[in-house]
Amino acid sequence: MEHDVALTVKGLKTYFYNNNRCNRAIDGVSFEIRQGKTLCIVGESGCGKSVTAASIMQLLPTLSRIEEGEITYHGPDGPVRIDALDRGGAQMRSIRGKEIAMIFQDPMTALNPVYSIGFQIKEMLMYHTGLGRRARHDKAIDLLASMGIPLPERRVNDYPHLYSGGMRQRAMIAIAMSCNPRILIADEPTTALDVTIQAQIFELMETLKRDNGTAIMLITHDMGVVAELADDVAVMYMGNIVEAGPVGTVMRNPVHPYTRALLDSIPVLGRGKDQEIKAIPGQTPDPYDRPKGCQFADRCMHRIDKCDEMPPETQVSDDHRVMCWRYQEFASNGR
Amino acid sequence: MAGDPILSLRNVEVHFPVRTGVLKRVTAHVRAVDGVDLDVYRGEVLGLVGESGCGKTTLGKAILQLVRATQGTVTYSGEDGETELTTQDEAGLFAFRKRLQIVFQDPHSSLNPAFTIFGSLEDPLRHYGVKTRAKRRKIVGDLLEAVNMRREAMDRYPHEFSGGQRQRIGIARALSIDPELIVCDEAVSALDVSIQAQVLQLLMDLKREKNLTYVFITHDLSVTEYLCDRIAVMYLGKVVELCDAEELYSNTLHPYTQALLSAIPVADLDRKSQRIVLQGDVPSPINPPSGCPFHPRCRFAQDVCRSDVPRLRAYRAGSGVHMAACHLIDQPLAD
Repeated sequence: MEHDVALTVKGLKTYFYNNNRCNRAIDGVSFEIRQGKTLCIVGESGCGKSVTAASIMQLLPTLSRIEEGEITYHGPDGPVRIDALDRGGAQMRSIRGKEIAMIFQDPMTALNPVYSIGFQIKEMLMYHTGLGRRARHDKAIDLLASMGIPLPERRVNDYPHLYSGGMRQRAMIAIAMSCNPRILIADEPTTALDVTIQAQIFELMETLKRDNGTAIMLITHDMGVVAELADDVAVMYMGNIVEAGPVGTVMRNPVHPYTRALLDSIPVLGRGKDQEIKAIPGQTPDPYDRPKGCQFADRCMHRIDKCDEMPPETQVSDDHRVMCWRYQEFASNGR
Repeated sequence: MAGDPILSLRNVEVHFPVRTGVLKRVTAHVRAVDGVDLDVYRGEVLGLVGESGCGKTTLGKAILQLVRATQGTVTYSGEDGETELTTQDEAGLFAFRKRLQIVFQDPHSSLNPAFTIFGSLEDPLRHYGVKTRAKRRKIVGDLLEAVNMRREAMDRYPHEFSGGQRQRIGIARALSIDPELIVCDEAVSALDVSIQAQVLQLLMDLKREKNLTYVFITHDLSVTEYLCDRIAVMYLGKVVELCDAEELYSNTLHPYTQALLSAIPVADLDRKSQRIVLQGDVPSPINPPSGCPFHPRCRFAQDVCRSDVPRLRAYRAGSGVHMAACHLIDQPLAD
């Protein structure tokens, strides 16, 4: 089944510089986001998930820079190399928000508390569409209504502090969806929310994907969210995608020791009290003082001498790839 | 599963006054905990689950008398008979503080950054009669080893440790004076999944070794399933369902618990459940709805739900008893 690719990232390296030290936050990451599909990026804190999103949006902090690699946006007017654009330039600004939109983790810090929700939605419409003042106002109300916010005519003039956590997140999605972006990047959109509100947000995102064919890149640390929403998964660890593929393959037949350990370390609802959870020993290495080879080697129970060398990205099958020297041994015995 | 209770809560209410205006007059009350009856049995793990704002943390603090209940009683039963904690003053509570301890949610704010680990951990020991410094150093060293850390860690400062290590230090502090009951207030929620499993296993090992009782406060129902013997589900300051963990997951009675369970993303591709998406948000505890607090979001709400507050009633469940507060469940055991 061939789908339109909306965005390709190839060999991306983003480094942070701090006190004359270098943190290789992303060290050679490749993936693609397909139209109408959800790509989930999972990993623990500090593994580079959010930096990946910031690199695509050209929203990196000043002490960091894209060293290498290509980010190509396949827009309606042909491919655009995002990494080559000036981050404040007209072309980048016309893509950011309009073509590629983003939802942030904490809606209270992402929304501006001194402007009304309506203003913040209308701001997007003002920059990216040719709509008039009236039309913008009506569109903002429509958007809020479609996000399931009650009394949108009144709520459009409210300030963020008058909204509850779930409503703020929905307002953020309304801002992100206001220009019908082709790609939606969601950085832990529900981590700060309760599960019942999370379910509402997920329902909304599924609808958007189905109706508008939006490509979604969802960043999360929760394997449950992956199982629920993803079409494709990329598992990140310390700046590398250690395993990637369709959700069914990666979760049923993981071949990287980290993916396997991650799946074994979480209690799964419905498996009762007797389920065995295995903790991953140790902790993630210091990003300024990384192991030379495989980043997971120190915590891996299948470590061999060869792991001192960085394993290459290897295709297990057409759409399933992994970075591990010993993956073949794990591939034969499924979970 | 009726053992002997270590704590009995009867009709516990914690109401916080809301003060407004120049004169700071009390205009309303936040009903954080609103009439809770609960027994904690010796040696069990009691889960306290619910969404944010449902009063689970306040109830945990009310158990320890860190927040004083505005009404109702908390009774502690030990070898020396029963004592009502709610009527004791601080001096009277001194002996009981030793037996009831707490582990806080955020390991970054619960340790004083200006103190070494020894400085933080020796305080409870000094208060409870370990006179010499050498003895205290020995005990703190043993404690750190008990939570899988090195003795030398005691002379370092909190900022030198990762979140998981700090949480283990927090557990060591709670253990330092041999408590009988520990309230774990979201003790693993702030940790990465791989670290979360380490801490969960540590808690279980310590429980077995020292015959502890836990009140485990969390919003994560997959963790409670793995860890808890009994679970109390809270909504807007009230316990709406209370029974053995297995029973709760296999035979959910209350519509709120059903929705809560179905909303959890499960990291298992073969178990995609039908999500029940609740509409709206949790109502304000300042002005809770009439009748059943859950009725505005309930799928089954009828007239009786809007007018009458349902009481927690017992239903037959296998060998035990299943408590739920809902008008629409048939055949309670006895009223």
